[in-house]
Amino acid sequence: MADRHDDHHPDHGSELSEMQLRVRALETILTEKGYVDPAALDAIVETYETKVGPRNGALVVARAWKDPGFRKALLKDASAAVATLGHVSPVGDHLVAVENTPTRHNMIVCTLCSCYPWELLGLPPVWYKSAPYRSRAVKDPRSVLGDFGVTLSKDTEIRVWDSTAETRFIVLPLQPSGTEDWTEEQLADLVTRDSMIGTGLALNPAERRQ
Amino acid sequence: MNGIHDMGGMDGFGKVEAEQDEPPFHEAWEGRVLAMQRSMGYAGAWHIDDTRFAQETLPPQTYLAASYYWRWTLAMEKNLLKRGIVAADELAAGHSLRPGKPLPRRMTTEIVNAGLTRASFFRQQQAPARFKPGDRVRTVNIHPQGHTRLPRYARDKVGTVELIHGCHAYPDAVASGRGDDPQWLYTVVFDGREIWGPDADPTLTVSIDAFEPYLEPMASGQP
Repeated sequence: MADRHDDHHPDHGSELSEMQLRVRALETILTEKGYVDPAALDAIVETYETKVGPRNGALVVARAWKDPGFRKALLKDASAAVATLGHVSPVGDHLVAVENTPTRHNMIVCTLCSCYPWELLGLPPVWYKSAPYRSRAVKDPRSVLGDFGVTLSKDTEIRVWDSTAETRFIVLPLQPSGTEDWTEEQLADLVTRDSMIGTGLALNPAERRQ
Repeated sequence: MNGIHDMGGMDGFGKVEAEQDEPPFHEAWEGRVLAMQRSMGYAGAWHIDDTRFAQETLPPQTYLAASYYWRWTLAMEKNLLKRGIVAADELAAGHSLRPGKPLPRRMTTEIVNAGLTRASFFRQQQAPARFKPGDRVRTVNIHPQGHTRLPRYARDKVGTVELIHGCHAYPDAVASGRGDDPQWLYTVVFDGREIWGPDADPTLTVSIDAFEPYLEPMASGQP
């Protein structure tokens, strides 16, 4: 948002305040007409600020790492498998989990807009919705991975999933070695948002955030 | 439409810049826009593909210059005006000037959790699925003026059906007011070289989710 400053037209105010004014006007009109409830808007904002985030997806991945039966069910029908976990919000009918292996890396993109598994990862980061990611991920994913500091073996197969319909994808990253005895809660700390999009890898034990 | 939104394979946009510890919203108004969009979608004012098409039909320079939630705002204003839910004089005044026409539902605090649950896009099948996993298919070469979810880079390309996702509402029909027109949905995978030519990364495969009208069968013996 650094380019929003407008030093040349001080009388016009900033574009930011124009945005605030127009959005406030919209809310006023829709409220006066009875279409939206400001208290419900507050609750929706709070949901996405505090309740829905990548920890949901991390717990799903950790369960899959710990429980081979769950892993199998997740890869077969992710919507049904996640629905069996009480601590994760409903994901709807169209979730697909795709599995990284030592020879295959998966990456998720939406070239046409911004489709993203909100229920498991929260709202998408700006870069996921940006022109650089959307344009390059399907053509040159290795250079995109380079922007994230990730280098794969040149023999690793790369599969890019373009989310062009209502199917939502989540990557099941490789489990870091040396974590076989960890609990699900500990394992979930290794599962970053980017590792579930495919622009990152799961953290090593030494990188675990406290 | 062949709009600026259809970005797959374009060059020149530069590096992917990730922000550390990015907040869900950078400004408070962004959260209000998202919440209004979710509420109006729940109310039945429009479908998600109407929202997408309203963004796709923004002038390309506006699309590129606008931040993400500003695009949502512009698209919401367009859809409100197009459907006669809000009039231009009301947007200018910043107030309602006449009673609104009724919408089917209303998002309230009591139902926020249920109301945010992702809708199902499954629809009753109208015919048996034409393809099965393993089938070789060629995507159609179409350039419609309206909304489509077949990206330009994946048109007139040969791939393999990998997954079948059931029968879904068809965005191309929904966004042009032709109803759900349910269609089978498949994941179709392409070799990177089929899409990007012989210089493409040989380890790359790319898939799209393709509605059945996007696909034609490959006769056996065809390359």
